[in-house]
Amino acid sequence: MYSEKVMDHFTNPRNVGEIEDANGIGQVGNAKCGDIMKMYLKIEDNIIVDAKFKTFGCGAAVATSSMATELVKGKTVEEAMKITNKAVAEALDGLPPAKMHCSNLAEEAIAAALEDYRRNIGEASNETVDCTGCCNSCGHSHGREEDFDEE
Amino acid sequence: MGNKTIYLDHAATTYVKPEVFDAMKPYFCEYFGNASSIYSIGRESKKAVEEAREKVAKAIGAQPREIYFTGSGSEADNWALKGIAAAYKKKGNHIITSVIEHPAILNTCKYLEGEGFEITYLPVDEDGLVSLEDVRNSIKDSTILISIMFANNEIGTIQPIQEIGAIAREKGVLFHTDAVQAVGNIPIDVEKLNVDLLSLSGHKFYGPKGIGALYIKKGVKIASLIHGGQQERGKRASTENIPNIVGLGKAIELATENMEKYNKKLIDLREKTIEGLMAKVPYIKLNGHRTQRLPGNVNFSFQFIEGESLLLMLDMKGICGSSGSACSSGSLDPSHVLLAIGLSHEIAHGSLRLSFGDENTEEDVEFILEEIPKIVSRLRDMSPLYEAVKNKQKV
Repeated sequence: MYSEKVMDHFTNPRNVGEIEDANGIGQVGNAKCGDIMKMYLKIEDNIIVDAKFKTFGCGAAVATSSMATELVKGKTVEEAMKITNKAVAEALDGLPPAKMHCSNLAEEAIAAALEDYRRNIGEASNETVDCTGCCNSCGHSHGREEDFDEE
Repeated sequence: MGNKTIYLDHAATTYVKPEVFDAMKPYFCEYFGNASSIYSIGRESKKAVEEAREKVAKAIGAQPREIYFTGSGSEADNWALKGIAAAYKKKGNHIITSVIEHPAILNTCKYLEGEGFEITYLPVDEDGLVSLEDVRNSIKDSTILISIMFANNEIGTIQPIQEIGAIAREKGVLFHTDAVQAVGNIPIDVEKLNVDLLSLSGHKFYGPKGIGALYIKKGVKIASLIHGGQQERGKRASTENIPNIVGLGKAIELATENMEKYNKKLIDLREKTIEGLMAKVPYIKLNGHRTQRLPGNVNFSFQFIEGESLLLMLDMKGICGSSGSACSSGSLDPSHVLLAIGLSHEIAHGSLRLSFGDENTEEDVEFILEEIPKIVSRLRDMSPLYEAVKNKQKV
């Protein structure tokens, strides 16, 4: 189902984690849909010098997150803004049709992090980027925590 | 463990036992006659079919003439519902089922709704059990059939079939049970259980794929699903699949003979897995009834992670499992069963079903108890939802 490259990025995801002094952070998706991507960017002199991610989602979601961070590193803000979901999917040697929404999330996560950066430097309004995840219901109802054995 | 594969998806399908395969082999090339033919190799095939019918009947407490071979469990389910609906439509148009049935039942019910039948979908409680009161209160004058699955394919919960059957009998309503997950795994006696129709499938108990059967109690009218020749006493046309029928007979005979010993082992593996994972992994929930469940079924939800990722990482360790996660099914909605027992979408996404079989060992359980916590931890470290918990934020 998945290409070797998708499996490689799923098995050995690049750039997992957080950037403590990130100046662009974007989170897209919805736990209800089964996918959340959070992208951290460190941008210096308009260049993305570091990118990390955290993802809740399927194999394709992890792989597209990993690839998206690889693609944005070293690019200018303007170049990164032009990265499309298609580019992410192609860089992974394709995704199954049912998983293409994961590449949309990757594109949106990059856009959300860059928007946050532009807000931080006073170039954008304080409007938040809406969830444009894989479903139409963004009612964020998390699980019944009382049903779980906690740490 | 090296490259060993630990197969824990017996609810999906099982391997064919060598004894079963050996029993089937002669009917491919040697005794290949059409069971409807009059000459000796045809009669040989016919004899094999009837011997298998006797074995299936014996395994579920039925008479051989009450067993009809089908192409699958899904076909048996379709036939039970559509056949009864067509045969009894003058009596009424109401059918009762549950929300956690297999798609072979739910999608057939949807089809029947389009044909003018009224379907009541009973809810289940958080353990996945149907309420007997709900069953009783849902019966109307127009009710012709109750169809409640014996054991759920995902969470393993076993329904109170005998009690449901008693209610149906008392009210004069026919009772069908989809017993595809139950037959060969737990003892079944259709007479004691007050069952009128029962579906089963060969590949769930070490028989071949592509063979099932429908038990139809003597006296129950049913319309044919497949029209054609006079096979299966004129009720189910199609040249008999002799090797598969023979395989089904052998498999059900073996499963029934060894059931007690086999179940003792499966329950032991199941309990060690449940207790082990509950002790080792935080934010975990067992889905399905704690004890009233299939001997080999384990179903957990792991909060903050997604099921397909979990399955892929388990596969890398040679462990084959299953998930009710949407992403593993190609749908965007997680399992209807997990949602029906009250799980939220995000928790249902992180589910894992492990179903044990006769080749699994305690060593397998030790291995999964070592690997699953590590994999869950790795995925949680990658999860922004878990990050929020670790940072003591509201999740």
